[in-house]
Amino acid sequence: MSNIPSELKYATSHEWVRQEGNGVVTVGITEHAQDLLGDMVFVELPDVDDEISTGDDVAVAESVKAASDIYAPISGKVIEVNEDLEDSPELVNSDAFGAGWLFKVQLADEAELDALLDAEGYENSIDED
Amino acid sequence: MTNKTVLHAKHIEAGAKLVDFHGWEMPINYGSQIEEHHAVRTDAGMFDVSHMTIVDIKGSDAKAYLRRLVINDVAKLEVAGKALYTGMLNNEGGVIDDLIIYFFTETYYRLVVNSATRVKDLAWMNEQASGFDITITERPEFGMIAVQGPQAKAKVATLLTLEQTQAVEGMKPFFGVQAGDLFIATTGYTGENGYEIVVPEDQAADLWQKLLDAGVAPCGLGARDTLRLEAGMNLYGLDMDETVSPLAANMAWTISWEPTDRDFIGREVLTAQKAAGDQPKLVGLVFEEKGVLRTGLKVITPFGEGIITSGTFSPTLGHSIAMARVPRSVSLGDTVEVEMRKKLVNVKVIKASFVRNGKKVF
Repeated sequence: MSNIPSELKYATSHEWVRQEGNGVVTVGITEHAQDLLGDMVFVELPDVDDEISTGDDVAVAESVKAASDIYAPISGKVIEVNEDLEDSPELVNSDAFGAGWLFKVQLADEAELDALLDAEGYENSIDED
Repeated sequence: MTNKTVLHAKHIEAGAKLVDFHGWEMPINYGSQIEEHHAVRTDAGMFDVSHMTIVDIKGSDAKAYLRRLVINDVAKLEVAGKALYTGMLNNEGGVIDDLIIYFFTETYYRLVVNSATRVKDLAWMNEQASGFDITITERPEFGMIAVQGPQAKAKVATLLTLEQTQAVEGMKPFFGVQAGDLFIATTGYTGENGYEIVVPEDQAADLWQKLLDAGVAPCGLGARDTLRLEAGMNLYGLDMDETVSPLAANMAWTISWEPTDRDFIGREVLTAQKAAGDQPKLVGLVFEEKGVLRTGLKVITPFGEGIITSGTFSPTLGHSIAMARVPRSVSLGDTVEVEMRKKLVNVKVIKASFVRNGKKVF
């Protein structure tokens, strides 16, 4: 079974969200998701200052096997993207919850976080897949 | 029903991720398919190819039978152990399968055909056998391990007996020799040096373990696909099938037109196709920007549309490559367009060969 940290929030589309304080969150894809996709070869990220809304396809994770859309798990403004992924997309495989993070968002509405799954809820959603 | 090779337990032991491959439960990777790919390009890796089908053809008409069955001419094989890559066509000139034929004597040949096509291949071979004095015998009692990479031969050498070492010494590419219990061939599907080793089932796990201990990396079907595609080698079912002429699949070099009186299956159709010059062709595509050319994507050229038959990310080159079937008027060096994720991108047309012996070849 994949590692699912309990301090994070999750979307059923396999993104994770970490609260960094001051209404900022970090977004990535889960270990389960990277395991399904296999070796990552390109990661296309949104641009800094992009306004994104929950459910938008905002990034693409392209693995040896397939290209997969990544959806915004929350709404807000992109304030930083993980530039290390340009040269090292494999960080998403080796450290999905850490160095493989994708982008940071200044939330439009912190209450949106309540709509996301907790670790247990995400684990149940994977089991239903 | 899922088949398992004799090495199945060894794959589980090595942490393989297993997938269904045409009815066989096979390793797709043992962690990272890109690392496995690099192991083969820079050192040595091994693949369980025990699912492939070995068929021995024996009898006084073995040579005559194969001269009819396949598009290359086994009469060219005169040295014991010499191998030949070729195709087997249906009456309409479509490729039933591609295969390797090893020559032992004019009354004894060994064929290695694809596992996914095993049932139809054997049915076709048996149907064509009428009137020939031959026996067609499948050899499922063997496992097969492909050991590939610049260090593959040296690492295998540490495991061989003196007799086996002598048997393989100086063996040229595309040969096979029975050496003790092992049939060792200088063939492969990666564009690297190495061996394909046919081993009695009860010794297969032991050989696999010894290769592991010698530092050979276990590699799955994922790496096998990126390696063969970099090498420009066709995959049956993607790059060609029963509806595709060998002329449209980069297999013209495997057709022996001479002597003109050899009546191989599909000859008439191919002769007409060649005269008409209207068959599409299989070329290589290179895309050096972000994004991966995928199987099935449309190719747009000034001469009409084509299709990507196999596309992937090339771990050796760091960008995407593909094989595509395009109109014959498209030239090497041309730029054509591919429809990728709702946008058109420019890709370069080259010969379908990208990497050999660890090096870029275009």
